[in-house]
Amino acid sequence: MLAMNYRGPHRVRVDHKPTPEILHPQDAIVRVTRSCICGSDLHLYNGSVPDTRVGMTFGHEFTGVVEEVGEGVEKLDLGDHVLVPFNIACGMCVFCQQGLYGNCHESNPQATAVGGIFGYSHTAGGYDGGQAEYVRVPYADVSPTLIPESMDPDDAVLLTDVVPTGYQAAEMGGIQPGDTVVVFGAGPVGIMAARCAWLFGAGRVIVIDCVDYRLEFARDYAPCEAYDFRSIEDPVVFIKHTTDSLGADVCIDAVGAEAAGSALQTVLGRKLLMQGGAATALHWAINSVKKGGIVSIVGVYGPVGTHVPIGNVVNKGITIRANQASVKRLLPRLIEHVQNGVLDPKVLITHRVPLEDVSDAYRIFSAKLDGCIKPVLLPPSART
Amino acid sequence: MEHTAKNPSQIKGWGVDADPKNDPTYPMKLRNDGEHAGYSWERPPQQPISVEVLHSNERPDLTSVFGTSTPPSGASGAIRRIAFRYSESSYGHWLPLMLADRVSVVEGVLDDLEQGHVPNIFAERGWKAEWKHERTSLLRRILVRAVLVSAAVAYFSSRRAH
Repeated sequence: MLAMNYRGPHRVRVDHKPTPEILHPQDAIVRVTRSCICGSDLHLYNGSVPDTRVGMTFGHEFTGVVEEVGEGVEKLDLGDHVLVPFNIACGMCVFCQQGLYGNCHESNPQATAVGGIFGYSHTAGGYDGGQAEYVRVPYADVSPTLIPESMDPDDAVLLTDVVPTGYQAAEMGGIQPGDTVVVFGAGPVGIMAARCAWLFGAGRVIVIDCVDYRLEFARDYAPCEAYDFRSIEDPVVFIKHTTDSLGADVCIDAVGAEAAGSALQTVLGRKLLMQGGAATALHWAINSVKKGGIVSIVGVYGPVGTHVPIGNVVNKGITIRANQASVKRLLPRLIEHVQNGVLDPKVLITHRVPLEDVSDAYRIFSAKLDGCIKPVLLPPSART
Repeated sequence: MEHTAKNPSQIKGWGVDADPKNDPTYPMKLRNDGEHAGYSWERPPQQPISVEVLHSNERPDLTSVFGTSTPPSGASGAIRRIAFRYSESSYGHWLPLMLADRVSVVEGVLDDLEQGHVPNIFAERGWKAEWKHERTSLLRRILVRAVLVSAAVAYFSSRRAH
């Protein structure tokens, strides 16, 4: 089968690899119909996630048709078109039982701090991902969800990660009616977080980034205020000025390790890899939120120590909430929102690229070329 | 390891200020106190171990399922095996893994050559897309690198000549 093949930092290509097989009674093999490149794939692409091995196939946002199931799979039938949440969850461990499907304890032997994730290095379990023609899907009865017939497949693929992560970012903010919410990052997840903040009753939503076309998109789509941090002297002072000097009620970090905006953070976190990423957005979030406010983190960081103003967290009495999105928990509500037209995620997709051109797709997304917000890869069988 | 207080309810004041609403994890976590029983859930069947899988020393064994992509091999594999002697809390774990990742890039190129495939680095880096959408920036970058490499070559050549 054709599959994306990681060859080292900034180098990916498509190769022929063996088609995956059933390795466990609860496995399914899925023929991919859509597969996105996620902003967090860029951490792998840039070589900043430890234990990212040459030869691996990335991709944790995908939909597909069930082609084969293990003997223990009861809920899926051959031919079912499913959306596959990015978390691999057993449904039986204590964490899954508590709804923490992003923190499963039976899917990742290599690390205890993160559950299994498709195509996300050996630090997240060593699974090949969905940027391929076929994928092995463990615990197939737990998370994969039938795509409703009336649902656009482009909406479905964004329900595997972007929508739930953006929604959970807003949910973790504990937003109360009238609150001012600041979202750092105008990537797909940041835009979705800004959109979802309104669902929780926000009174004002502000997005901060430095990519003009994305700010423009956020302004129209969320809809919200959107500012380029390069045009304001200091984003923290700007937020204070615009909130009566008190700070925002809720700040959301939807950037993570690849943040721009601070030379020190960039050198330590992105160039020298001496910390778990450039925590510029988190730094601004902590300093922009009001005393007693809430900082919600969905931006991805590496597993080592990272330079943040933790003293201000203590002194301001900030509550920090963070997690990988628990996609399975959120899906019923989010499917409802999409079907009722409350959320329209497919608009985020700006580029449709044949799987064979994966190297170009990564470059376009990574370098923010051609007005790219979200690229989706289409395997040959999905193009006929 | 033994707990020091076997029955905390005998401690004076135990639980008098307990407030079930004081739970910042809501609604993410449906608290059921299941973890108080430890590693006690019925585990899914074990996936047969067909490839070498390294596991964190913070857990007793492999998880019930695991990925089989790219098992450790070669020099990078040896470094990864060393890394997994250290916990996720230690730089002794993560720094060797980063080193192994870089070593495996070289191994990947050698593997390609061994199989008669010369990697097209330009295509793999997506330069075709950049040529199409941001030619000036690509040319500038190539020029800067060419100047730096030429300067380095000239410097080392002149040192050797002396």
